[in-house]
Amino acid sequence: MQLTLWTYEGPPHVGAMRIATAMEGLHYVLHAPQGDTYADLLFTMIERRDRRPPVTYTTFQARDLGGDTAQLFKDAAREAYERFRPQAMLVGASCTAELIQDDPGGLARALNLPIPVVAVEFSAYQRKENFGAAETFYQLVRAFAGPNAPPAGTARVQRPESCRPRANLLGPTALGFRHRDDVAEVRKLLGAMGIDVHVTAPLGATPADLARLGEADFNVCLYPEIAAPAALWLGRTFGQPTVKAVPIGVGATCDFIREVASVAGVDPAPALGDPASRLPWYSRSVDSGYLTRKRVFIFGDATHAVAAARIASEELGFSVVGLGTYSREFAREVRDAARKHGVEALITDDYLEVEAAVKKLSPELVLGTQMERHIAKRLGIACAVISAPVHVQDFPARHSPQMGFEGANVIFDTWVHPLMMGLEEHLVAMFRDDFEFHGDAAPSHLADTGTAPAAVEQPGATTLWAGEAEAELKKIPFFVRGKARRNTERFALEQGVGTITLETLYDAKAHFGR
Amino acid sequence: MFCGLTGIVWLHRKIQDAFFLVVGSRTCAHLIQSAAGVMIFAEPRFATAIIDERDLAGLADANDELDRVVARLLERRPEIRLLFLVGSCPSEVIKLDLSRAAFRLSQRFSPGIRVLNYSGSGIETTFTQGEDACLAALVPAMAASIDRALLVVGCLADVVEDQFSRLFAALGIGPVRFLPPRHAAELPPVGPGTFFLLAQPFLADTARALEARGATRIAAPFPLGAEGTSLWLQAAAAAWKIDAARFDAVTAAGRDRASRAVSKCREELAGKRVFLFPDSQLEIPLARFLSREMSMELVEVGTPYLHREHLAEELALLPPGTALSEGQHVENQLDRCRRARPDITVCGLGLANPLEAEGLTTKWSIELLFTPIQGYDQAGDLAELFARPLVRRGLLAV
Ligand code: SF4
Ligand code: SF4
Repeated sequence: MQLTLWTYEGPPHVGAMRIATAMEGLHYVLHAPQGDTYADLLFTMIERRDRRPPVTYTTFQARDLGGDTAQLFKDAAREAYERFRPQAMLVGASCTAELIQDDPGGLARALNLPIPVVAVEFSAYQRKENFGAAETFYQLVRAFAGPNAPPAGTARVQRPESCRPRANLLGPTALGFRHRDDVAEVRKLLGAMGIDVHVTAPLGATPADLARLGEADFNVCLYPEIAAPAALWLGRTFGQPTVKAVPIGVGATCDFIREVASVAGVDPAPALGDPASRLPWYSRSVDSGYLTRKRVFIFGDATHAVAAARIASEELGFSVVGLGTYSREFAREVRDAARKHGVEALITDDYLEVEAAVKKLSPELVLGTQMERHIAKRLGIACAVISAPVHVQDFPARHSPQMGFEGANVIFDTWVHPLMMGLEEHLVAMFRDDFEFHGDAAPSHLADTGTAPAAVEQPGATTLWAGEAEAELKKIPFFVRGKARRNTERFALEQGVGTITLETLYDAKAHFGR
Repeated sequence: MFCGLTGIVWLHRKIQDAFFLVVGSRTCAHLIQSAAGVMIFAEPRFATAIIDERDLAGLADANDELDRVVARLLERRPEIRLLFLVGSCPSEVIKLDLSRAAFRLSQRFSPGIRVLNYSGSGIETTFTQGEDACLAALVPAMAASIDRALLVVGCLADVVEDQFSRLFAALGIGPVRFLPPRHAAELPPVGPGTFFLLAQPFLADTARALEARGATRIAAPFPLGAEGTSLWLQAAAAAWKIDAARFDAVTAAGRDRASRAVSKCREELAGKRVFLFPDSQLEIPLARFLSREMSMELVEVGTPYLHREHLAEELALLPPGTALSEGQHVENQLDRCRRARPDITVCGLGLANPLEAEGLTTKWSIELLFTPIQGYDQAGDLAELFARPLVRRGLLAV
């Protein structure tokens, strides 16, 4: 048993719902109690979908348990077929139904529906949402593309010179972090290189589209957490190469373009020199100087966390002080990246552990999920969201991709905005005794809150501050005062200093100074 | 429709030193988190002990595991005085006996901490029934008393409770106590002298448990709207033999404020047709308020469960021939709703946006649980909850 306050991922059947909801012409019959229908609201409220997810729940109750829950399932599946007339049906069990072992796959097949039925099984007491999404997508791809597979060992037919190369985009789902906009950006990149998108899946794809996946020249695996198993199988079955670079950030986008170009045998140049790529110049502009070595803590799914670490260090000049993920399946990738940044990876799905790490590291910026946004808010640290789990705010009305050059532009704006503007920070430092710029003034974009973030202001319980040191501390701008106080207290504690004097304050500054 | 675990979202805020530990699956944790939505606190006073493969395979003894989790939790949260072990579908299907666990843990942590259990599972409870199960679990823990007292039963916002306390005091009714209490130590006593008023329409098991302790239910409609509030207070006044003149004098100001407040929305709502999907069991009192005080037309009133005895006074006030539906068959209800094309539809969060996209105006029912709507001074807010979606639709030109 594991004590859980907040979870980064839902159960695996929610992952299956993300696939089914992303697709067209597919209906998911889920053996589940009534209460599990809550999952609909994730899609209708958080993502503001204008349709209910294509999911029928069997809604069995306690009194059905002794009786025939299997019959309930069969009735639900038959009714769902008659009402929705899907091209294909996905069937499975939620965690409770898994315990009663009704075998939805067998039951659905026994109905002899005139459409294909794909059954997915998860170990719901072990697995989580991303696994459920990946497994479902893989099973669907196998079921629909499989019948078109060439005999093993058949060499791939070379694309005739006259045809434009074709790629599948794999991985975007419903309820994905910026998936809708990422797809548009990646299409643009491929278009610039003269490559057509053959099928995008699961987002917007029908079962018939999945059957055509093998026709493309190669696959682009946009979100490995979701599409890696399917891409691997397609590679093995159809001899399609997979482009593995994930184009988040300027450097990664260039890597992606080069990898695509080499796989497709085209010239990368037309895609590389996008004049709308502004991050590099914005980052070089002198106003960005204050961003130098800002200490950032990064946490999210593996793909977004690793990409964020690279952008932070190579493209914004931050220093990465912490890097972690809740995707245990991708722990190795994150550990490798962490090593590159000289930190130890935090692999956990325990929210409290992440909070403890943020507290300990006192970064100036947290790049995380909605969970870390709350942690950062409480600690008074600037924060930007880079990864699922998502919230209604992560589905902005405007186009806001993470991928491609435009994605990098969006990232520059989103990460820099929560930090104080360079000029503003200087002014506060310079005029800190001026009545308008006194240290207790909040940054003007936080003006509606009226006060500076308070969480960092708690005086240490054990250490004493001499009056003059306390006064000096007040002169430090509020947004670094909390850190200065904590560092000084830690320093005092380590040095066995009982009362913090002016001397201690500046000793600590020298000790921690960079 | 949510399962009974959802009640934790408002219950944990009401009983300020109680902690709710769901024994369930990742789904249960995800449900509460999704229902709680934006209300992410540092460390909420609820959590889930997620059953894992090891517990199921018998590699770990589920009871030992639970004890370990509880011990760790109580160590972290020394301020907790009352711990609820909340059963879920998985804990019930694997027949994990939480009442024995609660007994065992209560002994281990007494006297400082009381451990109780109830089920919020989706195979036994829907949505608001979780509150019923929780309050019913509190009843055996209430001390015995033969004194005459009024007990108000059902979660109310503190501000509403305080308003009612002042009114009862002015009427000369007392002592007045509330279940659930704000703190575990303030759990009221119960006995043959206890007369209780239900503040919520979904408390069947709690009422039965109180009656088994000798308490007497005061039959009344529910305190929604000016009329509902008056009838509810009046039922208590009658039990306390308060004379009519005094009742009128004490409630006049409230009634007047309430009717002024609701009249502001009446223009918007009068004559409009409303369809209520079954969700919270508040549907019947709401329908009564909307039809009698707001002059709305009831197309269909769904309720997940109809307790004819507790709702007798409400049903008597509904217009004759009102279409009631009990239980849930969402596809058929949607068909009827689409055919009727009501002016406003009261439904759960999963349906609201899809119906809006079809051109229907909706009000999500969960807000009725999270917003103070009972009593004279909230009657206007209650009306406003229904008027706002219509006003908004009128304002938008896009
Ligand atoms: S319906 Fe059952 S399994 Fe689902 S969240 Fe509620 S208690 Fe948990
Ligand atoms: S005050 Fe305005 S310019 Fe300065 S950081 Fe805030 S939003 Fe940006």
